[in-house]
Amino acid sequence: MMSSYQAGLVADGSILLLGALSVYVILSTGQLSLGNAGFMAIGAYLSSWLTVSAGMPLTPAIVVSAAVSAVFGLIIGFPALRLKGLYLAMATLGFGEMVRTFFLNFEPTGGAGGFSGMEHVPLWYILGWTAFVLACVMICERTRWWLEIRAVNDDELAAGLVGMNTTVTKLMAFMTGAAIAAVAGALLAHQNLYIEPGNFGFDRSTEFVLAMILGGSSLAAGSIVGAALLIMLPELLRDFVDWRIAIFGALLVAVLLVRRQGILDRNVFGLAKFWRRAN
Amino acid sequence: MGVSIFIQQVLNGLTLGAVYTLIALAFSLVMGILGILNLAISEIFMIGAFIGFSLIMSGVPVWLALPGAMAVAAVISMVIARIGYEPLRNASHITPMLSTLGFSMILQNFATNTWGSDPMQLTLEGWLDTRFHFGLVSLSVVQIVVFAVTLGLCVLTALLIQRTDIGRGLRAVAENRDVSRILGVRPRRMILVAFALSGLLAGAAGVLVGLHYSVITPYIGVDIGLKAIAVMIVGGATNIWGALLAGPIIGILEVLTVAYGGAAMRDFIVYGMMIAILLVRPQGLLGGSSKTSGGRV
Repeated sequence: MMSSYQAGLVADGSILLLGALSVYVILSTGQLSLGNAGFMAIGAYLSSWLTVSAGMPLTPAIVVSAAVSAVFGLIIGFPALRLKGLYLAMATLGFGEMVRTFFLNFEPTGGAGGFSGMEHVPLWYILGWTAFVLACVMICERTRWWLEIRAVNDDELAAGLVGMNTTVTKLMAFMTGAAIAAVAGALLAHQNLYIEPGNFGFDRSTEFVLAMILGGSSLAAGSIVGAALLIMLPELLRDFVDWRIAIFGALLVAVLLVRRQGILDRNVFGLAKFWRRAN
Repeated sequence: MGVSIFIQQVLNGLTLGAVYTLIALAFSLVMGILGILNLAISEIFMIGAFIGFSLIMSGVPVWLALPGAMAVAAVISMVIARIGYEPLRNASHITPMLSTLGFSMILQNFATNTWGSDPMQLTLEGWLDTRFHFGLVSLSVVQIVVFAVTLGLCVLTALLIQRTDIGRGLRAVAENRDVSRILGVRPRRMILVAFALSGLLAGAAGVLVGLHYSVITPYIGVDIGLKAIAVMIVGGATNIWGALLAGPIIGILEVLTVAYGGAAMRDFIVYGMMIAILLVRPQGLLGGSSKTSGGRV
């Protein structure tokens, strides 16, 4: 049996995985979001308010939060049509900080004091949502829609010229990412039982990006490796626990220098297939 | 009464804006010339604040502590250029930005472990601790130092970029790395110069913030440094004078928000203004035509 400490680690890892996936879907179209903690905050606060103050069961509350967050994703996605690359990253950074400051001032959800009163969810519930979202993303990866996403990433102009609707593709990716981040936020709120605006700052957004980049930014399975690594590493490096963040930073730089695409990439699986065929 | 409070707030806003201007200039030197966002600049600024703080507390005079901290900041920035940017320069714009994110994590963790996360207070004495009073409005010597250093560094940077061979080399590399090489510019050296300059400016901003606010923590990089990105965007990343215009605007806006709205709304206003500018005028207030701005990367 798992101890409650281990169960907490698995829950944290699952939530981190969801966060990483939310960045992954958006990055697959070539857009980097540094503000996914903002979507996460929307999901966390809205779902908590729905379950605590409005008395809604958790599952519909998560669905509603994800839908509302997707609408915000749409609103944020529109500037994404004008902005590219770093300018979009900076805009999303600004969005994330704006959401955090909004909840800092929003008294109905506790303001700076935070919000509590949620009921604890069992681990299987968190794992269930994570598996569901992961399966959805991995199924999407095999659809025609994902080919369009990759086409937009590789060359947006060419994708537009051959008749793809790149606008819709990019907006859809943003909405999907926002919804996934909201699910992560809702689960976090009902795992920790207490949320405050400080939980959803810039470092949370960068943690998601870090997990996804370390694991591999070209496929969803990479985020699993990245999230597991980020959760397990502090356990393995107990003696250097004060230097945890610095080690992550150094690891990020090292991975970018040695293996830019992350630990896993599509070729790893291609190679595995080749081996199976050869034997 | 109301007017003098307003003027006092504007003066305080200008001081804050001066710090923003320096950090924004540090961001835009790398952004405007190399087209990459060096996220570590906000943490270099924080390290500069701590180095300046440590030097002043150990008895080094301010006029010596300032260049000292600037030099350390420049060295850190050059290390980032060599390890974090140079090997990745052919990758997409996002990759070098992520490696600078790695460095900012290292720097912040280093500061937390070295100086602790409690706020630190600088005790000013002697000539620095005097204030001039004009009726109800007062201006401290530190504020005058902040204005003077900021203006001086901005003018020096502008002269360097626009009038010297180094500046011409930098702009040539910005235009086309390969052609500039053929014409005898050394791109690797120029990139190192750009990073060193941006480190110097961020380090200076750190010392000034320590002098003026007197409270520094390892988190001022995220709290103050990242907002300088908003200042850079509002002013226009490709124009040096943009930061000098947008810094005071944002500084005054922020201080007035704190005075008349609510302290916690300040970041909302600042980032809101950045997003509004990105939507309406992505090249920034002084960014020139959208065609020439490196904005639509």
